[in-house]
Amino acid sequence: MATSGRLVITATINGDERTFLADSRDSLLEALRERLNLKGVKEGCNNGNCGACAVILDGHLVNSCCVMAAEIEGSRVETVEGLAGPEALHPLQQCFLEGAALQCGICTPGFLMSAKALLAENPAPTDEEVRFWLAGNLCRCTGYDKIIEAVQAAAEQMRARK
Amino acid sequence: MQALRYARATSIDEAVRMLREGGETARVLAGGTDVIVQARERRRVIDLFVDIKHIPEVMALEYDPQHGLRVGAAVPLYRVYGDANVQRVYPALRAAAHVIGGKAIQGRASLGGNLSNASPAADSIPAMMALDGVAEIAGPNGRREMRVDEFCTGPGRNALQPGEFIVALRFPQPAPHSGQAWERFIPRNEMDIAVVNAACALTLAGDTVTAARVTIGAVAPTTIMVPAAVEALVGRRLTDDTIAAAGTAAKDAATPIDDMRGTVRQRKHLADVLVQRVVRAAAERARGN
Ligand SMILES: Cc1cc2nc3c(=O)[nH]c(=O)nc-3n(C[C@H](O)[C@H](O)[C@H](O)COP(=O)(O)OP(=O)(O)OC[C@H]3O[C@@H](n4cnc5c(N)ncnc54)[C@H](O)[C@@H]3O)c2cc1C
Ligand code: FES
Ligand code: FES
Repeated sequence: MATSGRLVITATINGDERTFLADSRDSLLEALRERLNLKGVKEGCNNGNCGACAVILDGHLVNSCCVMAAEIEGSRVETVEGLAGPEALHPLQQCFLEGAALQCGICTPGFLMSAKALLAENPAPTDEEVRFWLAGNLCRCTGYDKIIEAVQAAAEQMRARK
Repeated sequence: MQALRYARATSIDEAVRMLREGGETARVLAGGTDVIVQARERRRVIDLFVDIKHIPEVMALEYDPQHGLRVGAAVPLYRVYGDANVQRVYPALRAAAHVIGGKAIQGRASLGGNLSNASPAADSIPAMMALDGVAEIAGPNGRREMRVDEFCTGPGRNALQPGEFIVALRFPQPAPHSGQAWERFIPRNEMDIAVVNAACALTLAGDTVTAARVTIGAVAPTTIMVPAAVEALVGRRLTDDTIAAAGTAAKDAATPIDDMRGTVRQRKHLADVLVQRVVRAAAERARGN
């Protein structure tokens, strides 16, 4: 039945099963940041337009400000905190750093998760496909070109590894 | 955000009961890409979300050449445009679903939500109307059906009664030698609200149009059918003149407003141009079918 106020939510977050308390009015963005301390998930617009809060939910890209925390019961959520391996950064992270694909960095976690979802579906995208896919992520600093280049560099590395 | 309860329905009857008990301040939660922001910005008084995404029928997508296409109301858009049958048989629907929001919106947003939200600029509605879509509705008095072209009653308003919700949207199998197309105009390449959108479905016998449906959006309080454009096409050979007449009919039918996205003059012009384009594109496909 309907639950209000405090909720107990169990979900798999970056591979670990977590049980945590949230409020029934929390968005997924608020729950990740405030209840689970995953501050890599950023709030830009809080209305679905900027992509700073993008995470991967059950394998698909979503804006966490447009999902209720209560909806993720039993689901799998991936955030930027789960991207790097134990030894090294993820190729996307490494290429963003080396290619100067960030300045202030507020948009970066969203771009990384969005790009990860893209490369999972399309390991060899054209530049145009990268731009179309990333259209839901806004960046006020870089002018986008370096981001596109970094995604392509990472895609190439990831293809070479397979 | 306002105090808000969340309920997960696992069957149609349960959802109807929850919506009825919740009264006026209960809302269906499908993809949430409209309604969560509306609740947060207090544009609507909402105190209960009824999540319908765990009802199997609402999440199913089925096609067969006899019965056509049936899309569960909350099926996310990436599944709609990613479906091979939708791509092949319903390209107008595929085109609209593919450009609503960005990828993160398409991971959640649904046709049922786009329709129920009843924005005058909603992108899937012109396509669903041109394809002769029907909404299957469940409510306290059982099931009923309503044509998509009768569903929206004004900006943000629809014909659902208290306790009712859309279970699925159904589209008939197109007749042989039919084609369809959808277009919108936005100043950016992606991620923007339509200044005008339009769709057309038509059937040809040789070069003569035997049936047509023409729709335009963002030019009136709701998406509209353009019967005068249909009249300009049906029974006639598809020449530049007939196509131009259909465009002019759309321009005359449009009653847009001036706003930050466009002026009356620009929108009327766009209605003309987009209708000509969708008629041409639909005819092109009809010749190939
Ligand atoms: C960044 C951004 C970009 C967008 N771009 C576009 C765009 O390009 N084109 C466009 O048309 N829209 C766009 N939208 C709006 C929105 O994404 C769409 O309208 C979407 O299809 C809504 O579907 P949803 O499943 O998320 O609906 P929800 O938000 O879950 O619901 C919307 C409304 O419909 C009701 N509802 C939902 N499902 C049902 C049902 N089955 N029965 C009865 N009532 C129901 C809800 O109670 C609510 O009132 C955009 C939104 C954002 C945030
Ligand atoms: S904060 Fe969620 S899209 Fe901007
Ligand atoms: S690096 Fe500043 S917004 Fe993108």
